[in-house]
Amino acid sequence: MMGMPIAVEIADKTPAKSAIEKVFSYFSYIDEKFSTYKDTSEIMKINRGELGEMEYSEDMKTVFALSEETKKQTDGYFDIRTPSGPYDPSGLVKGWAIYNASKMLLADGFKNFYIDAGGDIQVYGLNAEGRAWSVGIRNPFNQKEIVKVLSVRDEGVATSGTYVRGQHIYNPKNAKMSIREVVSMTVVGRNIYEADRFATAAFAMGEAGIAYIEKLSGFEGYLIHANGMATMTSGFKKYIRTDA
Amino acid sequence: MKKLTLSAWFIVASIAYAAYLHFTGPEDVPAAKISSAMQQDSSAPALAQDVPTTQPPTVSAPPPARSAAAPKPKPSALYTNGTYTGSQADAYYGTVQVKATVQGGTLANVVFLEYPNDRGTSRRINAWAMPMLISEAIQAESANVDIVSGATYTSGAFRESLISALSQAKS
Repeated sequence: MMGMPIAVEIADKTPAKSAIEKVFSYFSYIDEKFSTYKDTSEIMKINRGELGEMEYSEDMKTVFALSEETKKQTDGYFDIRTPSGPYDPSGLVKGWAIYNASKMLLADGFKNFYIDAGGDIQVYGLNAEGRAWSVGIRNPFNQKEIVKVLSVRDEGVATSGTYVRGQHIYNPKNAKMSIREVVSMTVVGRNIYEADRFATAAFAMGEAGIAYIEKLSGFEGYLIHANGMATMTSGFKKYIRTDA
Repeated sequence: MKKLTLSAWFIVASIAYAAYLHFTGPEDVPAAKISSAMQQDSSAPALAQDVPTTQPPTVSAPPPARSAAAPKPKPSALYTNGTYTGSQADAYYGTVQVKATVQGGTLANVVFLEYPNDRGTSRRINAWAMPMLISEAIQAESANVDIVSGATYTSGAFRESLISALSQAKS
């Protein structure tokens, strides 16, 4: 979806094949609509000026409205308009789509699963071993390593960072300044939609982003600086896995 | 009692914040330190300790930079002594260029000639939040996890520039 790999795992014992297919088919739909990698997507048509606001689909209108709300809540640091002009709502769509898909699984009666799209994760219940799902934060300097292990339950974990493909998060306040002093910003929150949009905004704030997450009630964060140091919010410890 | 504790806390936080501002500055970010050192004197090597690489950076007392004058190279030395400027490598977020110093036939020091500039970052750090944040060095932990969350930051540009410098040094 939107250039990212997707993983879905259901730990419930009930047959899950058709439910998982539904999830993937939903992500396909999201991709067709919101992917900036697909020339035929609705967002690309909008960016080419081929669609007026009145012609946006319902889901597109929803995403624009949520983006506007997020922009206000983050003092402009979350902004789907890129410095060069076109819209790129992926910083919000990812979490929103994963969250919607997880609600589909909940509606189908599943209680123990996770959905992971490009490292943004929604988790429910327990894994197949009956333990809380464990989430590792990838070392931004060495993708084979994990630098922090979290134990999460009915929560969303989103990590914003500098992707290999290129800078895709800008500081809307200063487009010429690229965000590099912070290489990774992980936010844990009540659901992946919330965690993703605030992780995107916090990453755009640079080092001040971690203070923003500290102030935000219901969210914890782990920021990794370009020098290999990390800063975490005061309540982040509760998510760190304590047993081996 | 609550009011007293609250004001005491605020005073402590303000002092801590003032101390923080005093001991740091708008360019406290290590990357900015490196680039400002570069502007002073590009022939004075600075340590590349804060470079995000996959290997621990080589930390040594900065030797004086010697240019090309090379003593007789030992037959077993991989590199010829001297300083070599690497290519300008694209790091997506900017350009990275390094200068490598070879001494005793091996890499002795690496200096940034170019590093993306991060001046102008918003430093709106809230005085209340600051004392509560916890810092640590990242370290590799168990990879035995169900799921992985993360972005990937590539230090390929650093390696690319360094390799190009060292390829000039090959004896």
